[in-house]
Order: sequence, then structure tokens, then C-alpha cells
Amino acid sequence: MAKRTVDVAVIGSGPGGLAAAIAAKKEGAGNVLVVERDVEMGGILLQCIHHGFGTEILGADLPGPAYAQRFEQEAISLGVETLLDTMVLDITPTRQIVAASESSGLLEVQARSIVLAMGCRERTRAQITLPGARPAGVYTAGMAQRFVNVEGFVPGRRIVILGSGDIGMIMARRLTFEGAKVARVVEIMPFLSGLMRNYVQCLLDFDIPLQLGHTISRIIGRRRVEAVEVVQVDDQWRPVPGTEEIIPCDTLLLSVGLIPENELSRNVGVALDPVTGGPYVDERFETTMPGIFAAGNVVHVYDLVDWVTEAGYVAGKHAARFAAGDRAGQLDYVRLEAGENVRYVVPHVLTRDQLPGESIKLQMRARQPIEKPVWVELRDGEKRLIRRAERYARPGEMLTLVLPERSYEDVRQAETLTVNVLER
Amino acid sequence: MAKTTELICVTCPMGCKLTVTHEGDTILGIEGNVCKRGEAYAQTELVDPRRMVATTVQVVGGVHPLVPVYTTAPIPKPLIFDLLSELRQVKLRAPILAGRVVLEDALGTGVTVLTSRDLPAAPG
Amino acid sequence: MASNNYDVIVIGAGVVGSLVARALSRYKLRILLIEKESDVGAGTTAANSAIVHAGYDPVPGSLKATLNVAGNRLWDALASDLDFAFDRRGDYVVATGEQEIPHLRALVERGRRNGVLGLTIISGDEMRHREPHINPGVSAALFAATGGICDPFAITVAAAENAVMNGVTLLLETAFEEFVIERERIVAVKTTRGTFGCRWAVNAAGLFSDEVMHHAGVRPEFTITPRRGEYLVLDKAEITIETVLFPVPTPVSKGIVVAATTHGNIVIGPTAHEIDDRQDTEVTRIGLEQVWQGTAKLVPGLDRRHVIATFAGLRAAGNARCETPGVDYDHDFVVEIPQNVAGFVNLGGIESPGLTSAPAIAERVVQMLKDAGERLEERPDWNPVRPARPRFRDLSRQEQAQLVRRDPRYGRIVCRCETVMEGEIVAEIHAPIPARTYDALKRRTWLGTGRCQGAFDTPRVVSILARELGLSPLEVTKKGPGSELLVRPTKSGAGMVGRE
Repeated sequence: MAKRTVDVAVIGSGPGGLAAAIAAKKEGAGNVLVVERDVEMGGILLQCIHHGFGTEILGADLPGPAYAQRFEQEAISLGVETLLDTMVLDITPTRQIVAASESSGLLEVQARSIVLAMGCRERTRAQITLPGARPAGVYTAGMAQRFVNVEGFVPGRRIVILGSGDIGMIMARRLTFEGAKVARVVEIMPFLSGLMRNYVQCLLDFDIPLQLGHTISRIIGRRRVEAVEVVQVDDQWRPVPGTEEIIPCDTLLLSVGLIPENELSRNVGVALDPVTGGPYVDERFETTMPGIFAAGNVVHVYDLVDWVTEAGYVAGKHAARFAAGDRAGQLDYVRLEAGENVRYVVPHVLTRDQLPGESIKLQMRARQPIEKPVWVELRDGEKRLIRRAERYARPGEMLTLVLPERSYEDVRQAETLTVNVLER
Repeated sequence: MAKTTELICVTCPMGCKLTVTHEGDTILGIEGNVCKRGEAYAQTELVDPRRMVATTVQVVGGVHPLVPVYTTAPIPKPLIFDLLSELRQVKLRAPILAGRVVLEDALGTGVTVLTSRDLPAAPG
Repeated sequence: MASNNYDVIVIGAGVVGSLVARALSRYKLRILLIEKESDVGAGTTAANSAIVHAGYDPVPGSLKATLNVAGNRLWDALASDLDFAFDRRGDYVVATGEQEIPHLRALVERGRRNGVLGLTIISGDEMRHREPHINPGVSAALFAATGGICDPFAITVAAAENAVMNGVTLLLETAFEEFVIERERIVAVKTTRGTFGCRWAVNAAGLFSDEVMHHAGVRPEFTITPRRGEYLVLDKAEITIETVLFPVPTPVSKGIVVAATTHGNIVIGPTAHEIDDRQDTEVTRIGLEQVWQGTAKLVPGLDRRHVIATFAGLRAAGNARCETPGVDYDHDFVVEIPQNVAGFVNLGGIESPGLTSAPAIAERVVQMLKDAGERLEERPDWNPVRPARPRFRDLSRQEQAQLVRRDPRYGRIVCRCETVMEGEIVAEIHAPIPARTYDALKRRTWLGTGRCQGAFDTPRVVSILARELGLSPLEVTKKGPGSELLVRPTKSGAGMVGRE
């Protein structure tokens, strides 16, 4: 088995991984190696050919592949090494990586620090236990996206989409562009799960109906999908009898959410948050295993690639510092808790004495939508540390609270901090 | 006569809900926008709605059969499907570099269509 | 093919038909195995609890009891010859509350009468010790040491493959139409792919076994009532179950089982719902709810969020009266050479414990042919061994490294959840029974059965199937004609480029 040693190994070359590799290199790491299972770098961005990437950090509205290529080129020019078409099979707590590839067989990499950047995967039909038959023609929206945009094939002629996630809405437009008929988008929640602007420019623009508070109660068709049964649900998500409607279609796309992909993390012993599905991390994106960091959608699912890139920068920088031996003994943590109307907040903990010399972003998702002005606040018991006004809070749109350096002293005094999203 | 139209700004991911009061094409007032871009959006959306378009074009001899392309500026909404038909006629030969001009002044709109990525030639 | 004439035609390549074909391939016979679906084991065989039953459940004196116990004993040797997943790790019938304990004693007694060895009753404490996640209210349990779990599709494809290696002809997508009967003897089988002459026809048509026997003029009163069973599959997670857990049975059902799979998951089910349609394998909201309710009694801590798959299978429940005098039982197996037509081996109503019994049914078919005067002469070159193909995930790192050196395609991942490599897929596409569809590959390699349920591998598998079979990706199907995965190129004229 081929063996080698690196300072920082990054698993995955999507936006999180590329940013981590770039930041690690800039922080002075000697060799930085990115391991990518696909034959080219960029991850899922390569199939996200639509606009909307880079508006926050590049000030440009780029399509996914262009965004990816920018960071890929920067990484290469900084001397980041890559192993393409290579799958990481296992990581050990001592940060040994075993990977397999067609060109180099099995190989072993000993890394001083690791950044997990495997991204996320789509929730599938089975996880929501859709009743009915099991014909061809049921795909996740992302799988359809790969077929249409990269492989060059359209998976169906008449399509129903379950779930109003961004990928689903974007595929509704994409398939319309390629001559398919999108009959309907069905969402079980009473509100949109993706971004409002995607609703406007992907559905409204093309008169694609969105049906909130409905779900698919049955898939019909033995060999290929022939129709789906749509039904209204009550506030407990139970089907309301008598509201069933049969919609003829040959394809059902699922856009029912994303889950961080953490098989490798779990196997190595990284503790995972059941709410996010990703590792517990501190503000440097270090996991519960020393020297193993995590960046991007592998931690929690972001709305915007720009923020994934930012997270990758933070993780990569600290991975490089760890690799350089910059670690002062056992760390003491301040817990950060999701309080009122907050489903989760990342990071999960803040290091009491190691807070970096830069402001820290606390990113969270609201539990319930509040369509009026809100406060996003950070508290230590009775004491409010900081707050920020937002015009509304929607579960589909991540909320950010920046913890400025001047608040660090307050953080150090605290045992547990809480974030709340409250009506103003 | 003054009229109000509800719009959702698509300029950035925030998706501000705009309430636009207008008389014909003349905007009398806008509420709900967080930044100035919302005003500009409302103005064009009422008079001349435009959208960015991204799609793919055929490639011969590349590692993939398609290369993604995009408009560098929004084009008038009614022209989207004409642009798509136009791009359906295009066939590029690999290797292709990102930023290659696929259509210049597409449909006379002044908007350029570029490739989104490099696409190497297929080996062999 | 020299001619369209065979000594034996086996109708149906489920687990029974495939094992019968393999058992007969030992002898100098020309054998044809026909299957209406695109793959072997596509019906009842592939969708059940995957349990090798000890045999304490069937009514004593029934054919089910005899063949269950006899079949159970044949699995170790078969698994070793054919190299499929089988693990005799025992099963339990779990009693909760004092009132259920007498049922366990009754099952032990029934098991003894059926000739089942290794039955013991253990205490609630012992049960909790052996399966720590069991319902804490367990009062006692019956432990059956000979119970086991298996991969039912794997035994079927291995048996069919071994049969083909030994000269059996397999025709897929070939449906039985009718018999040609001359002077009360079956002389040929008409199929959707032509008529094939034969001296013997074996009915192994499972859910359609009643129709086939009626075509032969046998048992007009026999009917199959499909009984649908719905299942949930749980991912490998915090709570694991190592064995097979049955609740105390009710008069109509063995109840909802919680069982380990040879694959490391947990399968729970089945429901029991009689239906009319023999191909209706839909899962229903109500059915899945029943399954979930049923688990509470055995393993209350299971987490529904770990469900990664649902499926339904149909049991071929028959209505044959047990022929043993004094036994009052109306749902027995039919395993016979009937009197009223010659050249016909009739197998019907092979529902649970049909999978366990299948090896014994195959042996009995051989014996019945001998008894009917067929001179079965052994082939000197018969090879009972189906050589193993490498499974990357089961190998040591060193073996993996060697394998990739030998064939680099074993270094390229196709299914990340289940660690299935391109080399394994290519090997299955070119196996003695070629896997030609997505589902055929899925059943053989377990690709697409993990957490992502194929979201990652499907485009890759489509391109590999297209490349290896010389097809357009548009012709690649999920499970045969009519189940094409893609409808047209994105741009006319564009097509998938090889992903080399």
C-alpha cells in the first residue's frame, strides 16, 4: 500500500473543502492534500449550473461551475495537491486515511490534521416512507440535476416535485427549459422550504403551481411511474381523507431536504448532533476528535455557498494551526444552546480561552416562521450579550448573529449561552 | 390611478417582499426593501422584467456531452425561451475554456452568454 | 441450441425453481429454466423476512413441518458450496407477561414433534442479557438454536448460476403460456418465446402456481391467495439486534418480526393482508404504521428516523389440505407428481416456511422423479461449487490492495454507502447470469441499498451498464422493459460520453 504524510488532508473538493485547503495553505501549512471521489474538483457545484453563487463574498452572480473553478484555480496556484477519483474508505483517530482509487490502488495518508468536507446528501423517498409501488421514475432532485446538466439526459416528460427545497424548484425551471412539463410542486409544510427568490424565478415565472400543506400519498405505476396521488395534510401532517387527487406523470422528483454526509465522521468516532446530522463543532469548526475539523454542509446544511466557503476558510486556517502544533493542552468550552424558536445553532460550543482574534459567526435556523420583525439575541441567563434586528425569520433561511471580539469577555464568564429568535 | 403591486425581490437571497405603489410605469413608492437594489429591481420588474438564464450547450469530444453556459446580465423575461432555442443550435468542440463567448449580443439584447467552466477534451 | 427439446423444463426461477434446476443439473438431463421477469428471484423470493426457520411453527404432520425441518439442515452445506450469506445465529420467540409463557411451552412441544433440535426456554433476564435492547417487560423466551438469517436473493442467484454452470439453460423474460398435452402427458411448454418440448415440466411458478397447475388439469380447486407483507428496513444505528425476534404468535400470524439481516441492518415486518392482485407490491401508509406498532412490543427503543427502505412482498398462500391422516390443516405445501397427467411435477402454495424448505423441496423433486422411474444418471463433471466473487467491503485492507492491483476497477467507488466498487459491478454484468438492470445489480451487490438509496450511484451505474452491455443509457432499465430510467437526451444529438 502506498503511504505518505501530509500536514492537512481535506476530504472533499466542494466549496467547503476548496476553501479549507486554500486557507490552510495561506496559514502556512506545508503540504495540503485534497482527496476527491469524483474525476474532477468542485463537488455538487458542477451540476448547479444556475446563477446565484458568489453574491455575498465575491460580489458577482456566478453559476456554480464558475464559482467552483475560481476556488479550484486558487487552490492549485497555491500548491494544494489533489487526488481525484479517489474514495476515502476510512479515517482513524490518529488521523490516518485509507483511500482507494483506480489509478493508485489502496493508499494510506498520515495527516497532522484533517478537514472533513464531504458535503451533504439528499433525503430519499424511503426516509419519508412514501407509500405505493416502486417503479422507475422516482429520483431525488439532485440526481435528476446530474442527469440533465452533466450526463446529458432528461429523466422524464411530465414531472411532479415533492418538496419545495431549492434544488427542487431550480430543477422545476431547469426541466421546463429542457422541454419537460412540471405539473406541480407539492410541499407538506404550510410554508416554502427553499428561498423565496427561487419561488419567484423558478415557479411563478413559469406558472408552475405550488401546493402547500399537501403531500404525495401514493406512487402509482408498476414499471414506470404513471401517476401520483396528492393529498392535503392536517396540522399533524396526517392525510385528510377525501382530498386525494391523482396527478398523471411519469416522474416524481424528491426535494425533501438534505442531510450532512457523515459516514466517515461516525466511523472515526466524531460525535454527531442529531438535530443537524453533522459533527458538534466549536467556533474553529474542530469536532470532538482533536485535529479533525469539519467545514460546510458536512456540519449543517447552508442556504448559500458563500457561507460554506467562509466556514471552509475558518476550518482550514485552524487545521493548519493544529498541524503546526499550535494547541495549548485541554480545551475548556462554553456551551451554546438553541433557545426560543431556534432549531439549532452552529457552533455548538465556544472555546473559553482560545477564541480567535476575529469575530465569530453564530448561524442558526428558526423553528417556526415569523413573518414580522424579530430580534436574534444571545444571552447568558438574564444578561443579553448582543442582539440583531431581522425583518422576519423563516426556517428556510439561515439567521446569522456575529459575535464581536468585544463580547469575548462576557463569553469567558459564561457557562451556557443561549440564542433566541423573538418577535420584536 | 395609483395601484399597488406585491413583488419579491430576487436580486439577492434575502427575497425582500416589496409593496410597490405605482401609476402605470411610474413608481410612487416602494416599501419592504432592505437595500437600494430593491428599488432598481421594482423599477425593471414593473416595466421590463428580466431574468438571468443558465442552461447547457452541446459539446463534441469533451469529457461531458454538455457545457454549462450563463448570461452575464439579465435578459427580458419574454425572450427566455427564444434564447434557449438559439442556444440549442450551438455545438462547441472541446477543449473549452471557462468564459468563452457562446453568444454575443444575444437576440440583440446586448447580453453575452459565456461558458461557466473549462471542459477538457475526452482522452483518446 | 441444438434443438428445442429438453428433458426437464422448470417454470419459474425463484428460490424453489432455481434450487430444483440446480439439483437436477447433477444428472444427465437437458434442463431449461424459464422466468417471466428480467431476473431470477424477482417475485416472492426477493421480498420476505429472510429467515431460515427452525421448524417449531408448522402444524405437526404437515408437509410444511417435514420440509421445513429437513430444509433447515441443508443450509450450511449449500451456503458453503454456493457462497451466499447465511448465518445460523438462532431465533427467539419472546413472551411478555406471565400469560404468554405457556405459549412458549406449546411451541417447544410442537417443535419436538416436528423433530427440531436445540429448543430451550430461557428466562427474561437471560433474554435481556442476550439482546439488551429487548422490551424490558420480556418474561421468558423460546430460543431456537437452528434458526438463522440469510440473503434469499443470494441463494437464488447462486443456485441458478451454479445450475447454468452445470449446463442448465436459463431464459429470462420468458413467460409460461400453456402446456401441450398429448395422451395425458405433457410434451411441451408454450412460452412467450416459443414452444419447448419436454419429458417433464416442473411447476415452480410461486404466486402463479395455481394457474400453471390448472393448465395441466391438476387440482382445479387449488387457489393462491396472495398475502401481502409490508416491511421496514432500518439503517445500522445505535440500537442493534443480533438475532431474530418473534412475538408470541397469534392464531393467524407469526406477528411482526424484528430481525437482523446478513447485511447488518434490521428488517421489521411483515403485515399480512390478503389481496387479489398477484403483482401488487405497493407499500401502504396503514401497513407501515402496523409494522411500526408491532415493533414496540419487542424492541421499543427503535428509532423511526433510521428507516432507510420499505418494501412489500407477496406470500403465495395456497389452500391445499394436508394429506397426512388425522391432521386438520388447509394451507399445506403441494409437492407431488399428480396421477391424472404424466410428466408433471407440481409445486404449489410454497409460502413461509418455503424459503427454508426450498433445498428439501429440490431434493424431494429428485427423489420423486426417481420414484417415477426416471433413470437419473449422475454427471461425472457436475460441480456443486459456485465460486465466490470478491466483495470489496468484506476483504481485509491487504486483500483489497491486492484486488485493486489485479483489477484497478476495484479501486473505483460506485456506491459509497455500501462500498461497492466498479469491479464488482462489471463482474456481475459478465457473470454466468448477467445482471442487466439496475435492480439486478442492486440485489447482487447491495449497491443503492444504503442511506442514500441510489442517489449517488445511479448515474454511475447507468453509464457502466450502458458501456458494458453496448446500450444507449436510454435503454438502461430499472427492472426490464418498460422501466427505462431516462427518456431522451438533454439536447438532441447529445449523449453520454464514456466516463473513462
